[in-house]
Amino acid sequence: MTDLLIKSADLIGRGRQDVLVRDGRVAEIGSIDAKGAETVDADGLVLLPGLVDLHTHLREPGREDAETVHTGTRAAAKGGYTAVCAMANSHPVADTAGVVEQVAALGRAAGYADVQPIGAVSVGLAGERLAEIGAMAHSAAKVRMFSDDGHCVSDPVLMRRALEYVKTFGGLVAQHAEEPRLTEGAQMNEGAVSAELGLPGWPAVAEEAIIARDVLLAEYTGARVHFCHVSTARSVDIIREAKARGAKVTAEVCPHHLLLTDEAARSYDPVYKVNPPLRREADVAVLRAALAEGVIDAVATDHAPHAPQDKQCEWAAARPGMLGLETALSISVLALGGPAGVDWDVLAERTSRTPARIAGLEAHGRDPRPGAEANFTLVDPAATWTVVPEGLASLSRNTPYAGMELPVTVQATFLRGRATVLNGAVLPNDSEEETTE
Amino acid sequence: MKHLLTTKDLTRDEAELILDVTEQMAEAVTGREVPKLPALRGRTVVNLFYEDSTRTRTSFETAAKRLSADVVNFAAKTSSVNKGESLRDTALTLQAMGADAVVIRHPAAGAPQRLTEWLDGAVLNAGDGTHAHPTQALLDAYTMKRRLGGVEGRTVAIVGDILHSRVARSNVWLLSKLGANVRLIGPPTLLPKDIDGWPVEIGYDLDASLKGVDAVMMLRVQRERQNAAFFPTAGEYSRLYGLDERRLALLPDHAIVMHPGPMNRGMEIAATVADSPRATITEQVTNGVWVRMAVLYLLLTNGEAR
Repeated sequence: MTDLLIKSADLIGRGRQDVLVRDGRVAEIGSIDAKGAETVDADGLVLLPGLVDLHTHLREPGREDAETVHTGTRAAAKGGYTAVCAMANSHPVADTAGVVEQVAALGRAAGYADVQPIGAVSVGLAGERLAEIGAMAHSAAKVRMFSDDGHCVSDPVLMRRALEYVKTFGGLVAQHAEEPRLTEGAQMNEGAVSAELGLPGWPAVAEEAIIARDVLLAEYTGARVHFCHVSTARSVDIIREAKARGAKVTAEVCPHHLLLTDEAARSYDPVYKVNPPLRREADVAVLRAALAEGVIDAVATDHAPHAPQDKQCEWAAARPGMLGLETALSISVLALGGPAGVDWDVLAERTSRTPARIAGLEAHGRDPRPGAEANFTLVDPAATWTVVPEGLASLSRNTPYAGMELPVTVQATFLRGRATVLNGAVLPNDSEEETTE
Repeated sequence: MKHLLTTKDLTRDEAELILDVTEQMAEAVTGREVPKLPALRGRTVVNLFYEDSTRTRTSFETAAKRLSADVVNFAAKTSSVNKGESLRDTALTLQAMGADAVVIRHPAAGAPQRLTEWLDGAVLNAGDGTHAHPTQALLDAYTMKRRLGGVEGRTVAIVGDILHSRVARSNVWLLSKLGANVRLIGPPTLLPKDIDGWPVEIGYDLDASLKGVDAVMMLRVQRERQNAAFFPTAGEYSRLYGLDERRLALLPDHAIVMHPGPMNRGMEIAATVADSPRATITEQVTNGVWVRMAVLYLLLTNGEAR
């Protein structure tokens, strides 16, 4: 492997440096003149640690018509990611060592981003008995995070046991906070818009009640809990108070909850149907502030590809979820002050370093320094782009941002020094020369 | 007007035009030996009903036939939105067949709006989930106009399960647009959250809310709602929110009693009240045909050649 020289990149907004990469790791930083090295001109670009997604639905195994590990990680690379955590709600469910090892192996074979499987908390996500959490933790996939995402671990006894159990290996439970009795038949945020549209409401309190309960359970058990896709202002209050008391609590927010509101449901276009639902303008403002402040630790995409027939239908029949990997960086920049006002260090913290620490991905979320793995992305802070669904690397098209002009483009992504994206385009992988693109 | 999806989208002028044309339709047909007009000859109206509603489907069918349109009743699978042909495929089929107008009744809110994206023809919402039922509101307004001499300045109490009622929603927007004072009365469990912005007064006490009303509209309440804890028992609901003879006596003498049907006699309305001369229930059914004629006519001819 020839050396790679990234020339004149603005390192996380701190100033221009050259970065020399050798054998997948940073060899040197400074003003470098390396003959024979493959050179990438990063003049005007910002170098960030490769983004890490705590919440990706790769749909494989089971729904390869919507996304595969291959297409999903290509989308991830295009969005600036070098690692994604694959949610457990595949078919079969990732509730055994066999399934999580398969998903991890598919990720390695694809080679576009590291795929860290998340294991199910309960067998079949049924919320009845614990999955073999220990077997998954001790498998080759080294699962640390467990989640029944898509379903809430609503049974307080099961939640307590799961929290206690994952302590043995320093794991954590990622909770999809939704009290199911309060959301039966729910289709969108409960409020003025749902009242008018006649769509059954998903009340904010259904999320807040579970977060409040699980904060208390985490404190009681001394275990780590992570809250997926926090969507309401009151949830932020509860998490802030919990952190102030020293509870081992972390939380993520999705890009769509940082930008879109329940007003979008007026179109009855299910591309805006997501769980938890789009909330009110006031929630968006509080979530943005909480992300900037750090009460919300990370941006996570909840990238949820769906086949056309699952969205080209009436709202109630549509599956919830939206694409996120290729637009998350742009929207995170928007939410954190826009391309002119964003603090790149805060952006790196929320989209890379902190999610990597939460997921236990030691080689990711590291700033460039000699010896560190070369997992980076280069972004153009001055560029804008228009979201065209057909132009996305994902196999699916269900982006709620179609036609929107967004700030910041990903120019290149490097995974252990190898470019997965260059000049804004996903590169074919050496190991897949035979496959058709 | 290309479609009729909700009364919220109607301007006051459009609503008044529909009510004027409704009156013309009633006058043109009433008393005729052959109660038919040639206005929509050669046009195809499809009734696409995903919910069993013989009343509404028959009303639309009668309206279309009185305008000499060809009527096709498209048997849609009613058991589940997740089974059978998708709504989009059905729309594409109707499009290929050349439907000029599709009258759709669907359990999912917003289904008619989705249909407009896949069809060139006019879409007429005959009730979608708990969202809207615009022709019901229009026939209610027309009934008030006939019986009370107008809608402007009149006070209308809508009583019962507002939360699950597309009839209530459509009436709120239409009647307020036409200048009526609208009161919504029901237990808090059956009122939607966050409706402070609606142009209505909200009340929980039926007796107090009946004072000074010109019309009271009783909504059907499903007994099964008690299983989801919306109210304790049918008996308690009836005592608190049913319209019986004692409450009828609280109304001003000129006030009318309305119900969109089908009624639960003994639940939200006592049998004697339903059969009293102050009840307009069968008149509403008759007016429904005139209103639907007017809407079909306006949508399919753009009001030309009147």
